[in-house]
Amino acid sequence: MDLEVGKVEIVSAPETHTMMGNEALARGVWESGVRVAVAYPGTPSTEIMEAVGKYPCEDIEAQWATNEKVALDVAIGASFAGERAFAAMKHVGLNVALDSLMSQTYIGVNGGLVLVVCDDPGIHSSQNEQDTRLLAALAMVPVLEPSDAQEALEFVRIAFEISERFDTPVIVRSTTRLSHTRSVVEVGERLPVSAFGFKDNPLKNVMIPAHARLRHPMLLEREQALAEYCISSPLNRWEEGSADYGIITTGISYSYVKEVAPDAHVLKLGITWPVRSEKLRAFCASVKRILVVEELEPVVEQAVRDMGFEVEGKTLFSREGEFSPRIVHDGLAKAGLLPAQVGARGLNSQPLVRPPVLCAGCPHTSSYMALRTVDARVCGDIGCYTLAVVEPLRAIDVCVAMGSSIGMAVGMAKAGTESKPIVATIGDSTFLHAGVPPLIDAVYNQANITVMILDNHTTAMTGGQDHAGTGVTLRGEATEKVNFEELVRSVGVKWVRYVDSYDLASMYQTLREATEFKGVSVLISDRPCVLDPVKIRGEAYRIKSESCVACQACMNLGCPAIAWIDETYDGHRKVGIDTGQCMGCSLCAQVCPSNAIQLASL
Amino acid sequence: MNNRESLKADIPATSVAAERPTNVLIVGVGGQGVIMVSKVLASLSQELGYQVKQSEVHGMAKRGGAVFSHVRFGSSVFSPTILEGDADILVALEWAEGLRWLPYLNQESGTFITDTQHIIPPFACRDRGRGAVSGYTRETVPEVMDSVTNSFALDAAEIATELGVPKASNTVLLGALSTALEFPVAAWKSVISKFVPSKTIEANTRAFDAGREWALSFDRETQLKDWTDRTKQDPEKTTDSSADVVSTLEITEAWCKGCDICVKFCPERCLAMDARQIAILTHPDRCTGCRICEWLCPDLAITVHTSKNNIST
Repeated sequence: MDLEVGKVEIVSAPETHTMMGNEALARGVWESGVRVAVAYPGTPSTEIMEAVGKYPCEDIEAQWATNEKVALDVAIGASFAGERAFAAMKHVGLNVALDSLMSQTYIGVNGGLVLVVCDDPGIHSSQNEQDTRLLAALAMVPVLEPSDAQEALEFVRIAFEISERFDTPVIVRSTTRLSHTRSVVEVGERLPVSAFGFKDNPLKNVMIPAHARLRHPMLLEREQALAEYCISSPLNRWEEGSADYGIITTGISYSYVKEVAPDAHVLKLGITWPVRSEKLRAFCASVKRILVVEELEPVVEQAVRDMGFEVEGKTLFSREGEFSPRIVHDGLAKAGLLPAQVGARGLNSQPLVRPPVLCAGCPHTSSYMALRTVDARVCGDIGCYTLAVVEPLRAIDVCVAMGSSIGMAVGMAKAGTESKPIVATIGDSTFLHAGVPPLIDAVYNQANITVMILDNHTTAMTGGQDHAGTGVTLRGEATEKVNFEELVRSVGVKWVRYVDSYDLASMYQTLREATEFKGVSVLISDRPCVLDPVKIRGEAYRIKSESCVACQACMNLGCPAIAWIDETYDGHRKVGIDTGQCMGCSLCAQVCPSNAIQLASL
Repeated sequence: MNNRESLKADIPATSVAAERPTNVLIVGVGGQGVIMVSKVLASLSQELGYQVKQSEVHGMAKRGGAVFSHVRFGSSVFSPTILEGDADILVALEWAEGLRWLPYLNQESGTFITDTQHIIPPFACRDRGRGAVSGYTRETVPEVMDSVTNSFALDAAEIATELGVPKASNTVLLGALSTALEFPVAAWKSVISKFVPSKTIEANTRAFDAGREWALSFDRETQLKDWTDRTKQDPEKTTDSSADVVSTLEITEAWCKGCDICVKFCPERCLAMDARQIAILTHPDRCTGCRICEWLCPDLAITVHTSKNNIST
């Protein structure tokens, strides 16, 4: 086995660009000669495919898939066809795609197959902070962990080499911090990769039990070969220091270690599966004290311990949350290797609570006002609208994962304990992602539930990406558009209505009828997102303070354009509208009992 | 400026030293332009030959949440984020956000440049009761100026509005920031012109100059006095007299036809329908006397009475 893989010579004029980690990953994809690149949006990975979509159409197919499993399947298909293929997703997206990955790892690749999976330590915008390295170990797929944007680009190129040389899918793991940090990146040229063409080999390409039994031993051999590669790979870098302790670290944590402990011996692991190698053993044997600095799970730490070394890791550095220079410093201070930080701040301010809220004019607002009013048991889903869980809308009771709302509603209805109407709320993009099979299930099993499809014509949560329901591709071309009503009727739903999200009376009335219907009813709340693809501005409303009776009915919307003013009525605070933020949705005027809210021009 | 030399002592210019990177933290609320400000600074320092890392977290920014961006530049930069307590400069586009991030500022030598603009989130107005007090930050400018040595609070929105460019308050702050870093003014302006719409370059240049001028002519004593006066004029009014007023709900059962509207729309959920389909007050403790039920009842069956505590009217 040739162990020279990874010694990539960047054939480039020294051209540099300032790039976000995600843009650098995308550059790496393009430079690697990838032909087909696919993703479903998900913070913090979304910008990767958006950036891939900026490279020439002649070079690369860049497309949004309906979900991560479809994305990976499309990439696998392209790999079978003999081209380099790529899929990007967030950490929980890998759960959706895992079914395919667990089989594909037995098969290996034809054209190189690389996944970028972005973890979210600190849960900035996710439902959990699972560590992709554990899933990669399960699938026995190599994981590369870059530590900055430059490495992000280079590691993707190396990942394709490893993929083809070792006949394996490869995961490049990013984290929120790496994905969203901008720095200068030296870029290269696009590799001229000639397609391999389809290779007819059912023993390898068709996973029936007899074939899979033959492939499993090869997986174990591949692990061994990769472990040998880890010894020579420049991705695992040994940096001599002057201190008598050694730190093993990976990914973005490396930058924190270099920042706060520049004297330490450092083993920077660019490959964290397989993690056990002779290089790791040699490093551990060379230092008096071994520390491991890695975000989330103790993957490297456990491997070092399994090799028989005493090691400190999660006793000093938390197993949860995102690291920072402060956390790494404090951990090393706790170990007695750095002086402890002293000194308290002079000003002890109580920080203001400022959670994200639905935008002024957000069409989801009326749906949840109506849901709260009919006092429904609401199964929520993943999207901006999950923000309706907090006051004042507070209209979501449960939320688990993409597309879970409808299945959970079926289960709640079947449990038979609930006297309230059971409603599943799901956005358009999430519905297409994983909402269709459970809707079919609801009809098939005759569940008595209402499904609200909150159709705002975009994937809003991740910044407004197109999907199969918008009629526009990632490249901006017009395409077929899913007709939600036809789709829903075709699976056997008898009660389907559209409601204008800005017509509150109609929303109340229709929702009431929907919940009274026995069987599966589908209500489609229909209005475009106010931010994407175009920022919608209408004439602003204002509150005539002389008419305001301070009932704060309008505050029930949770609209960020509405706040208290200094005047009071009967001791209660009157309210005012920030006309700079108001986009004229009129919902507040519709709920005002004293007609105090009018168009600003009146 | 005749007194520029003496003022230099007031505004410590952070020297960009070779041995350690310079740390600038820029904070604000989604939609204010935090990322634009940090991109200008990152781009400028890169053009001047420094290694730069700029780090922020996307995802919730558009939705009115807190936004922050770390900019670090120097001859060599490892960590993309700033060690807490090690920021040389903290630039805040919003008052409460500045206070939130103060622990990141270097306590001895850090410079705090903040807009005094208040962006009050709906969460700070979550009380329907009488005499409710806003949940917004209570600290005043003089208090902060007292406790943070190098603090510069300016009403950037007012300065920008006076210039006729109300949206350029972040460029005003860039002007103020420019006095704290030893970068050429021309380079600042050239970079800013790349980040603003071409037809607003002239307006933004004026906003930059105004911010710079403000910082250069900054006089701590005058500012302190000015803000102390302003704060006195404008304390948040708490209606103490209303605190001991209580509300009682009178439901005329004979008029109630059981339409359920009051129950559905009560924001505190203190009403319910009884077995006879008549509205009843089930949670008088939660009732704030907001009168929504009174306003909405189509049969005028609900009246909210107010009375002094424990004294019936």
